[in-house]
Amino acid sequence: MGDVLKKVPVREQDAKVRATNFDEVCLGYNKEEAIEEAQRCIGCKNAQCVKGCPVSINIPGFIGKVKEGNIEAAYQVISESSALPAVCGRVCPQESQCEGKCIRGIKGEPVSIGKLERFVADWAREQGIKPEGTTEKKGKKVAVIGSGPAGLTCAGDLAKMGYDVTIFEALHEAGGVLVYGIPEFRLPKEAVVKKEIENVKSLGVKIETNVIVGKSVTIDQLLNEEGFSAVFIGSGAGLPKFMGIPGENANGVFSANEYLTRSNLMKAFKAESPTPIMASKKVAVVGGGNVAMDAARTALRLGAEVHIVYRRSLEELPARVEEVHHAKEEGIIFDLLTNPVEILVDEKGWVSGMKCVRMELGEPDASGRRRPVVIPDSEFVLELDTVIMALGTSPNPLISSTTEGLETNKWKCIVADEANGKTSKEGVYAGGDAVTGAATVILAMGAGKAGAKGIDEYLSGK
Amino acid sequence: MYQILQARELTTNIYLMEVKAPRVANSCLPGQFVIVRMDEEGERIPLTICDYNREAGTITIVFQTVGSSTFIMKDLKTGDAFHDVVGPLGCASELTDESVEDLKKKSILFVAGGVGTAPVYPQVKWLHEHGVDADVIVGAKTKDLLILEDEMKAVAGNLYVTTDDGSYGRSGMVTKTIQDLVEQDGRHYDLCVAIGPMIMMKFVCKMTKELNIPTIVSLNPIMVDGTGMCGACRVTVGGQVKFACVDGPEFDGHQVNFDEAMQRQQMYKTTEGRAFLAAKEGDTHHGGCGHCE
Repeated sequence: MGDVLKKVPVREQDAKVRATNFDEVCLGYNKEEAIEEAQRCIGCKNAQCVKGCPVSINIPGFIGKVKEGNIEAAYQVISESSALPAVCGRVCPQESQCEGKCIRGIKGEPVSIGKLERFVADWAREQGIKPEGTTEKKGKKVAVIGSGPAGLTCAGDLAKMGYDVTIFEALHEAGGVLVYGIPEFRLPKEAVVKKEIENVKSLGVKIETNVIVGKSVTIDQLLNEEGFSAVFIGSGAGLPKFMGIPGENANGVFSANEYLTRSNLMKAFKAESPTPIMASKKVAVVGGGNVAMDAARTALRLGAEVHIVYRRSLEELPARVEEVHHAKEEGIIFDLLTNPVEILVDEKGWVSGMKCVRMELGEPDASGRRRPVVIPDSEFVLELDTVIMALGTSPNPLISSTTEGLETNKWKCIVADEANGKTSKEGVYAGGDAVTGAATVILAMGAGKAGAKGIDEYLSGK
Repeated sequence: MYQILQARELTTNIYLMEVKAPRVANSCLPGQFVIVRMDEEGERIPLTICDYNREAGTITIVFQTVGSSTFIMKDLKTGDAFHDVVGPLGCASELTDESVEDLKKKSILFVAGGVGTAPVYPQVKWLHEHGVDADVIVGAKTKDLLILEDEMKAVAGNLYVTTDDGSYGRSGMVTKTIQDLVEQDGRHYDLCVAIGPMIMMKFVCKMTKELNIPTIVSLNPIMVDGTGMCGACRVTVGGQVKFACVDGPEFDGHQVNFDEAMQRQQMYKTTEGRAFLAAKEGDTHHGGCGHCE
């Protein structure tokens, strides 16, 4: 056995090799490695890790089963709380959640909870083991809008309680951000996402694709004409933000949403895909979040030299440490304390460069982060052919503008009670990015869970 | 799957299909569009809804073969199906928001160019059904490329057909007919709705600005999701960035930056051109690029 203060290392694809393919970066634990890592869990009675988990997985419980080598039992423990363990094991920010609270982390490295969850979910999938459903029938229909992490979790939980659930998805494929946003090399679509969605369907959940609620049908029609007793809105983040600088509509400027959707959902990274993606030589990705890292690493794999342009310093990068680390290993260049002021355009309307200024950090602002200030006379030009804006999103008004009595806040996000997802409209619940603005997969799942609980309370009292 | 109940060639390279899509047919209005996909790997193709039948649950689409996807799509037959049809997308024509009394007081001119005749048709038909007869100019390069003439004649007030080469109807561009109607025939119009190739809409707007006729255009930029998520369809209207899929597709034509919109349409021209040749010529290159042989 290795050093008990350290995690059992996880195997990864070599950085040089993976920079040229779309296969998964992290290869995960095998059974021996998982059991060895599980031994490091001391099985706290008052487990702090569970408190750090937005969906309250019984972490010592499932790790205990892994210790015994009973992976199927471990899977059923996780399934009680999470509909998407193979997804969460890959994309959750464990370092700030479960693993961030692990007692082992006080002196040494925390237990590798994320990698263990991933191993258990992958093993169960390979063995064809599905989550346990219920035969109980409540005889009530619930509509879930959006098949991303919030919607899938809410639908799965409601189906387990015996509700007749239909998910309405606007795109042609279920999964939301799991299929259009997060790249293949972090979250394989066929092997992982599709299978977890199949698991949710195996609980009895129906998914109708190509339905844009607010356009194809309204929430009031679902409630009054289609026989649904309650609705959960998990429609996700919205319209991409741009900087508002000159040259932003030039050919070669994309939102990260567009770039990633082309590559992930439409498979434009494959030569045979009918959906095109720009073949770039030199790319700047503006922003420092996980989406920026995903876009940068996608562009790199498509053959470009890629720069992350971020106005603060390394410490303030909002992306997960693991993602930044992987990006650096693969050869992404970080131009920190740098802010674009203009996109330069050639005579034919294509991007030829980006004028930037250097920044330094001043006094902390309202968010507590030190405010970036422009260094005078620091202007310089980055020569490039592509700019990808990864600056976050603003809410999509499609649902709020077509649903009477649905309250939104000043940022146009839907107002919902954090504990149960209740909105200002009777029978309508909401959660995930549509409520909070862009956040993480696991927070959306937590909100989906709360929404399912709220809907059950509402319909039980009826 | 979305079954094709009728598929026919209207004229060279322009095809009409009637497709079963009950949710779209139930809620769509003139001016809105759908996105279709042929198969599991297919590209998402935005197309304006050209007619709909709520009882039968069907919509009609008209498209021109412009790239590899539409080149393959033209071979779909009655009885085949689309893998996906989603919609209705975008905002309905503003005309559908106005009261019929107000519309009846207005003199409206529609200007349709080429395949743009298809999206003009449901608007003229909708007005006709509400007792408002609008004048329509339909322009085509040549007689053979004219579509939906009989259909349009049945719902329009006055129909003026013009061909660029003078092979049928009037002779010359649609802008000439607009000018003739106003300056020679003394017609007065309160509103113009122009739908067609970007370059046509640009010049119609230039003309109607001089003639002081407020003008609505319908833009068809590059799109991916069509729900506001990707921002590929951004256009500058009155100095503001708008997303054609959620803020449009119809805009005040006198405010649209057409040069930028046309330049943005070129984004994937080279890639699409290659894909089109591959679709047309198969694995073997037969010199269609014009550079070899």
